[in-house]
Amino acid sequence: MKEKFINLKSTTVPLPVENIDTDQIIPARFLKATTREGFGENLFRDWRYDGDGNPKTDFILNNPTHQGKILVAGKNFGCGSSREHAAWALYDYGFRVVISSFFADIFKNNSLNNALLPVQVSDSFLSKIFKSVENNPKTEIEVNLETQTITLPDGNSETFEINPYKKACLINGHDDIDYLLSLKKEIKEFDFKSYELQATSY
Amino acid sequence: MNKPKTLFDKIWDAHVVKQKEGYPDALFIDRHFIHEVTSPQAFDGLRKRGIPVFNTSRTTATADHNVPTKDQHLPIREALSRHQVETLRKNCAEFGIELYDLGHPFQGIVHIIGPELGLTLPGMTIVCGDSHTSTHGAFGNIAFGIGTSEVEQVLATQCILQHRPKTMRIEVNGKLGKGVVAKDIILYIISKISASGATGYFVEYAGSTIESLSMEARMTICNMSIEMGARGGLIAPDDTTFNYIRGRKFAPQGEAFEKLVESWKLLKTDKDAAYDNVLTYDAADIAPMITYGTNPGMGIRVTDRIPTTEELKEINEKTSFTKSLEYMGLEPGSTLLGKPVDYVFIGSCTNARIEDLRLVASIVNGKQKSPNVEVWVVPGSKQVEEQARKEGLDKIFEAAGFELRSPGCSACLGMNEDKIPAGKYCISTSNRNFEGRQGPKSRTFLASPLSAAAAAITGRITDVRELVD
Ligand code: SF4
Repeated sequence: MKEKFINLKSTTVPLPVENIDTDQIIPARFLKATTREGFGENLFRDWRYDGDGNPKTDFILNNPTHQGKILVAGKNFGCGSSREHAAWALYDYGFRVVISSFFADIFKNNSLNNALLPVQVSDSFLSKIFKSVENNPKTEIEVNLETQTITLPDGNSETFEINPYKKACLINGHDDIDYLLSLKKEIKEFDFKSYELQATSY
Repeated sequence: MNKPKTLFDKIWDAHVVKQKEGYPDALFIDRHFIHEVTSPQAFDGLRKRGIPVFNTSRTTATADHNVPTKDQHLPIREALSRHQVETLRKNCAEFGIELYDLGHPFQGIVHIIGPELGLTLPGMTIVCGDSHTSTHGAFGNIAFGIGTSEVEQVLATQCILQHRPKTMRIEVNGKLGKGVVAKDIILYIISKISASGATGYFVEYAGSTIESLSMEARMTICNMSIEMGARGGLIAPDDTTFNYIRGRKFAPQGEAFEKLVESWKLLKTDKDAAYDNVLTYDAADIAPMITYGTNPGMGIRVTDRIPTTEELKEINEKTSFTKSLEYMGLEPGSTLLGKPVDYVFIGSCTNARIEDLRLVASIVNGKQKSPNVEVWVVPGSKQVEEQARKEGLDKIFEAAGFELRSPGCSACLGMNEDKIPAGKYCISTSNRNFEGRQGPKSRTFLASPLSAAAAAITGRITDVRELVD
């Protein structure tokens, strides 16, 4: 059973950089753990700390004015390596929502499998968010999964897409294995004949 | 008559176990590869649920990301890496999965060993907790990378829940110029459509240039599909494919194989089948390529200039572009030709097959590396290493001052001992030039094995066409 997700209202951490790849979110040398916990410590490691491990003051996560459960990032967030550790690190750090105008496919799947909601908005809405947060770091954004809407304090809002199945999973805290295990009988039949079937059914 | 279908759709449809309104498709997976980094939490999940692996014969494991490429017979020095490889060992023993461990004659980078052992076949569905699973698509199958929760799904049920991606056809036609190889084709395509240009799509590569390529070269192309955001890429199988597979260790043999070939010949996109997007390129426009930035879309012909900020279309792009060039220590508008490099890395699942090593040897044969570079040649697998020695390539490399190491991911990802030091420039045959990918603050130029070999000789970024006749 995963944590359930329904609604969230929070301040944000703005990171207006495009093409943030999963190597930046969590560099490879920190992927050696064999459990899912603790990756938050090394989230954005090389942007967050210098070579001696001291926090870089110009990086947003080290800026006390910007905190919250929502990360707002530039286009094509989560590209590159399929490491699910990226989603674990964001979640472990405390993020529950990532907003961007475009997400890489595997990252999107990985986050949905870990109760981290990727919210894809239009380029113009993304700029609006960045602007409001720049003007007032305390800007709270509301994300409502049930109605699939994201709203700024001034009432500006946009709807976002999510697959109905994934939405139900998030709201109920279910995961894919629960569903797939219910298909066990069909899968067994398929497994048995699949090679022949595969070679003759094109 | 049935609706004409793309190759992708044919394979996908043949593997759907269950289609349910509002649900993603439950897709049966023929072949599953695992390695030490993305599997431990998946096995833990099975343990927590108290369930076994659904069909152990469909999963194969190897250790690659964390392994040293020197003294592989000794215990891994770094404690966490050692622990991760040991955990893989324990998990495979407990759950009954075949493991090609360090020292095994079949060990190697997961995407190199699957094809070379005949585990990767046309028409299959193949997944692995690794984004470069797209490599296997060169054999005409649906192969894509997945996350660890999905690895757990496959172990538990041999299925995965997936939405059908859109399809894109990328055609390359015509004859390649001198010194231009598969890596240049794919770097060229990515430079044209950007690092996110194929997100949401599965790509089929086609056209006369692609058809003329060897299997090794096709794998290089499919490997980097993910670098333009695609879930995967595939190429219709043909005689080149069948000849490559014939006689491989785990491929069906003899009459059974020849019968399969007959059905594999049907693995083609129907005439008039519709793709969601079609792009066409001319091989004559492709030259030796090199990347200058920190994503694989930031590539140019080696003789071109890096763009200037004014030449960029979108304002948003400019911040990322400037940040990227600052990281690389390069000037907008400058040229890369003649720029000194510190390291040359020839390896990774993109370019560490025997053909790649032969390409490198063809350039360096009888020559010496430049004294200011360090050159690592890391074969993709134990079998590639053996073959290279058999062909005497090791002697050529040794005479040139290159270091031939043992198989693994090596400096492709800065996870094991092989890292490029901070601030240093590395020309690399791998697939990612992200910030810190090859080690904290390392700077990467992606290029073909030919271009990397040329840089090894001259010590600087070189147009390889000047070295070949
Ligand atoms: S060689 Fe590099 S890209 Fe390929 S599997 Fe290893 S780490 Fe990943």
